[in-house]
Parts: sequence; structure tokens; C-alpha cells
Amino acid sequence: MADSIKHLIAAADLTEKQIRRLLDLARGFGPRVTRGEIIPLLQGKTVVNLFFENSTRTRLSFEQATRKLGGTTMNFSASTSSLSKGETLIDTAKNILAMGPHCLVVRHASAGSPHILSKELTIPVVNAGDGFHEHPTQGLLDVLTMEEKLGTVKGKRVVILGDIAHSRVARSNIHILKKLGASVAVCGPPTLLPPRPEILGVDFAFRPEELLPDADVIMALRIQMERQNRMQIPSVAEYSKIWGMSRERAKLLKPEAIILHPGPINRGVELDPEVADGPRSVILDQVFNGVLIRMAVLASVCAPEKIEEQLKISQSQPGGRHV
Amino acid sequence: MSENSSLLIKGGRIIDPSSGHDAFGDLLIEGGIISAIEKPGQIPDSRAKKVIPASGKWVLPGLIDAHVHLREPGMEYKETIASGTRAAVSGGFTSVACMANTQPVNDTPYVTAFIRERAKQTAACRVFPIGAASKGLKGEEIAEIGGMIAEGARAISDDGMPIMNSYMMRKVMDYSKAFGVAVISHAEDSFLVGQGAINESAYSNSLGLRGNPAAAEEILVARDIALCRLTRCRLHFAHITTELALEHIRRAKDAGLPVTAEASPHHLLLSEEAVVGYDTNFKMSPPLRGEKDVAALRKALRDGSIDLIATDHAPHGVIEKAVEFDQAANGIIGLETAVAATLKLVHEGALPVMRWVESLTTRPAQLLGIPYGTLKVGSAADVTLIDPDQIWTILEKDIVSKSQNTPFLNQKFKGRVVATILDGKIAYAIEQEGDR
Repeated sequence: MADSIKHLIAAADLTEKQIRRLLDLARGFGPRVTRGEIIPLLQGKTVVNLFFENSTRTRLSFEQATRKLGGTTMNFSASTSSLSKGETLIDTAKNILAMGPHCLVVRHASAGSPHILSKELTIPVVNAGDGFHEHPTQGLLDVLTMEEKLGTVKGKRVVILGDIAHSRVARSNIHILKKLGASVAVCGPPTLLPPRPEILGVDFAFRPEELLPDADVIMALRIQMERQNRMQIPSVAEYSKIWGMSRERAKLLKPEAIILHPGPINRGVELDPEVADGPRSVILDQVFNGVLIRMAVLASVCAPEKIEEQLKISQSQPGGRHV
Repeated sequence: MSENSSLLIKGGRIIDPSSGHDAFGDLLIEGGIISAIEKPGQIPDSRAKKVIPASGKWVLPGLIDAHVHLREPGMEYKETIASGTRAAVSGGFTSVACMANTQPVNDTPYVTAFIRERAKQTAACRVFPIGAASKGLKGEEIAEIGGMIAEGARAISDDGMPIMNSYMMRKVMDYSKAFGVAVISHAEDSFLVGQGAINESAYSNSLGLRGNPAAAEEILVARDIALCRLTRCRLHFAHITTELALEHIRRAKDAGLPVTAEASPHHLLLSEEAVVGYDTNFKMSPPLRGEKDVAALRKALRDGSIDLIATDHAPHGVIEKAVEFDQAANGIIGLETAVAATLKLVHEGALPVMRWVESLTTRPAQLLGIPYGTLKVGSAADVTLIDPDQIWTILEKDIVSKSQNTPFLNQKFKGRVVATILDGKIAYAIEQEGDR
């Protein structure tokens, strides 16, 4: 079936139809999860969270998604791995595979690692973020949140603000948003934009003031202190003064525009606290939708035979959580 | 700031590259603004409170020097914003851009604001700070360029301390794009320069001084042009001196890259043989070069490959200059001699007069993005009056700058600034005309 997916490595690989199916599936799960239901599509199945890079919320979100589908999880993190003993990525994965799991959720600091694993392993691989490459479930949950608030992203203007060059979140969002017909612009210090932003197929500006008045969605990205090189921005203070979503700058937005952030927020850097906690902010909706999207993805790769039925149930649902 | 004063400059040759105007005429200033330019005799004397006869004089837009060192804050014994700008107006300059190598370095919005504030209180002409590219001019961390621009910095440079890390230079150029300013490169490979005190040549050999090879300039010029192609950031080269660097700059301009370059009067007028007497007033960075390079530099100024003339006015005290040649500081003062020195090229027919004026007005104005260096009606009345034929000699007692480190001392010149008008007010005028 062309519309089903075996792995989820990159949003760039997804068709519009595949994206729509995942969003519909997630939307259908919404009211059921809110009611406390378990949807037992992963009954008897085990999902391994193979995390070679620190993460709290993404791993918890995948764990929660697995549980809500009736499955079980095993967690592996680099600090407890045998990598320090000289084992290769593939060897580690094959050892875990020998334990009989049904799906591998991988996060890795090196771009392309989930792709390499998907070629080597016989079970589905889901990318939970690889280097600066992609974070497809984040892109999907962001778009799910946008559509929940705006109806559709088609024809809407989405401005992604911050460190675009080093952001897998930005890349996944751009691929999905473009396929769904949104108009995307990126903005940030030129040192943190890709060398030729136009190759991403999006508009760009160096200063937010040029883009804010037309935006329907602002997605502020985390300034990655851990990756931050002092040759790229002079100081957090200067970043926040010029590129931060201050209360003043938020006044340039349309009244109905919404603000997303993939978290964790550096309060007062990317977003002023008043903005992060204000009525435009949909940050906590993103977190809830993250569980739904990961349920949709895990169900799609682990139980593809049950998806059509679930989509029918979704259609019979009285809409999403917010209706 | 401009009161009801009015000035009529009568009968001069009015030369304005911003409009291509070059004709005899009368220029009227009212309320600090250029209000009219007419044919000679068209404006009645009664329209102005003061009439300045200007027959035989050239009437130019106030000159702009895009590269000076004012030494304040931190080295006030060499120069201050007050003394350096008084030297500027006595040399015909109404705007100067000051480099960031003060103490503390101008690498934060606070230092930029301090310089602007001091200029407001004490300066005799307009002062445009140039912000440092890196913190402490160390070439390691990018400076708060956005904040400095917001406080009035008009360009970015680590002048004097070339950024040797190419990745860092690339990031400085990338970052500066967000603010539309030019990055000014002091293009010398400092590892290759090493302890070089003068141009590397037969002279350095025979004088027993360490040489600074032309290749040091060529390498960084070529690198920065490659980075300009990569980033498309505006790039300006300070004080270019070598024929091969000029070739790189020509090719970059032909390719449409946003590259500009300047030459200093001393590099246009003097060559390396001047150092034979070990006079430290001929020691500067980059060093004086050979005759072939000087000829190439003059040609480049004429054809526009060198966009502008900038003095690199670099005051030093006796303690830095009255020492052994290899121990002496680099740099010379230049604001008070730039006009007379470079006018020689015009008198010799090596440089068209319009091109000369342009290199001291519209081109530096474009580099800095400032609305000066023009005589267009409606613009601020910054005007420089020159007597192109006056013979004079620059004497130590006449030097306005706090420092006297100039190789042109006691030299006879043809052509002299006779008055400088800033915002419609006379900021400088020589006491008496004629030879002395």
C-alpha cells in the first residue's frame, strides 16, 4: 500500500497523502485519549527507545504513546550503552533486535543514523531526531497543532524564527508545511541561517520585523546554547534584543496569530515570559499533540493492517479535542 | 543647531560628484542647509549675512575620511576626539569614521555610545564610530555588532588586528549582513608579516630590517574576496598597497561582488626608498612599497579600482615613535596633509579632479551609508574650500593633532584647505592667505 509507511526517517520522504493520513489518525485518537481510553493497536508489542542523545520530553512522549496503544517500551540511552566499549551502532542495534522488539525509535546526534539503521534492520525504525537533519514527529505534531487552531495550514504564512541552520525541527516543518500548501519563511541571524536559505524553497529575512505582520504562525526555535559557538552570535542578550519574541515585537502580529515553540524554552531569550504564557502560545497543546502523533506513527509502522479501520473510526468521531 | 545664519560663497569653482556638477558659481547656505547653487552673480549679496569670496577657489562637498584613529577612550595622550576632529576640519574633513582599537576597544554598544556622546560634546566635525568585529579585537568571539549599529556604528572592522581565522571572518561577514554594513578588512596575513618592519625587498635586505612581503596582503585580499563570494556581505579593504592585491580586487569587482577598497595618501605618494634614513615616520602597516606598486595604486585610484582615499590617521606619541626603527609603532597622522598631498596627483595630471573629489566625498559616504559628501540643494551644508594653487609648508607649530608623527613635516605643498564649513557654520578658516 503506497499510502502506508514502513519507517519514518524523514518528513522529506512523506507524500501529502501520507502526511494527511497521519494527521487524521492522530486527530481521531485525540478524544479517545482525553477520555482515558487505551487503543490496543500495539497489544503485545515492544517499542525500543534507542537514544544516543539526551532527551526528556521526546522519549517520554514516545513512551506515553506506546502505553496508550497498549504496548510496552524498553529504554536505551548512550550513558548506559556498550558504545563506550567500542561497539558499533549497527552491532548495538542488532543486539537489541535479538531481544525481539517490534519497533526502534532512534535519536542520534549524527545525521543519517536512523537511515543507516533502517537499511540494516528488519523492524520499523522511527526517527526521533538525527543531528541537524530531521525530527519528523516534531514537524507532524507542530502542523497538527497549527491545523487545530487555524483549520488548515494551506495558504497560511508560517515564520520560523531562530537557529535554522542547526535545526532538525525547522527542516521537518518546512518539508511538511510546503507539501500541505503553507507559505514558509525563515528568519534569524545570518550566521544561523543556511548559507543559501533559498535552497530550502522558503522565503527569508534577517530581521523579524519584515515578516511578523503577515504571519499566521510564529515558530520560535530554541537557541542551542550547547551547540552555540561564540563565532555565531555575540551574546544571548543581543540575540534576544534583535530576534527574540518580546512583548513589543508580538504587537506586530495579527490578532489571531499563534506562537509555537518546540521546547525547552529559554525564557527571556526566544520568548518573553509574557509571550510564552500568553493567549497566543500553544506550547502545551504541542506537547499533548506530540503523544497523539507518536501514537499515529507507531501504529502506522507496527500495525499497518489496522489503520484503515482506525481512520474510519476517526471519521465517525465528533471531531477533535477542541471542538 | 543651525541658527538663522546664512552664507554666500561667491564665484568659486563648484565641484560636486554627487550631481556631476563642475562649474563656476555661487553657493548659498541658509539655516545649515545648502539652499541654492546658481551661476556667478545670480544670488544677490543681500541674501546672506556673510559673503565669502571664492574666486580662484574650489568649492567641494565637505570631505569624508572613512579611516581614522581618534585614540579616545584610553590613549588621550596621543589624540582625543576633540583634537583629532580639530585636525580633521583643518584638513578639510567634515566627517570622520574612527576605528575601534581604543582602550577599551569599541566592541560593545556602551563604548559606541560613549564615543558618540563624547563627539556630541567635544567634536569639531561629524564622528562615525566603526565597531569592532570581534570582542577585544582578538578574532575569537563575534562582537555585539547589532547593538553597536543601533548606537550609531557605521561599519565593522578589526583594523590593525587582521582576523586570521577564516571561519571567524566568514561568520563576521554573515552576521553583518543582517545590518547592511560593510566589513572593513585590514588585509595582511599576520603570521607571514611576523616581525616585518618594512616592505620585503632589496631595501629590507640592505637596511637589515625584517621584511613584510607583498604576499601577506595578497593572501588575505584573495581570502576575503572568496569569503565575499560565499557570504555576499559588503566588503571594504583598508589601505591597499600592492599590485597583485589590486588585480584580485579588479576581478572581484568585474564579477559583481560588493567589494570596495581604499588607498592612503602616503601609499600613493611615497615609496619604500623613503625608509633609508630609518625615520620612524615612514613606518606604517602595511609598509611603503616599491615604485611599481605605487604606480599601480595610482592607476587603480584613477580607474576606480581603488574607490576612495582614506588617511589611516594614526597619532602616536614620542614614546612610540622616537625609538629604534624596529621597535617603533606603525602609523602616521594624515588628516591635515591628505588634501595637499593627494592634490599633487591632480596637478600632475595623474588623477582627474572629479575623480579626486569623489574619492574623498561620495565614495566614503556610500561606504558608511551617510547622507553627506554632497552639495545637492537641501542637503546639510558641509562644504570645503580649497585654494588649489597656494604654496605652503606644513610646520610642526601648525599641527593641530596632538601628535606630530608625519613624514610630510616641513614639506612644501601646492594647494591648501582655506575654509571648512560644517552644518552651515565656519568650522575652520586659515588666518591669512598667501605664501609663508
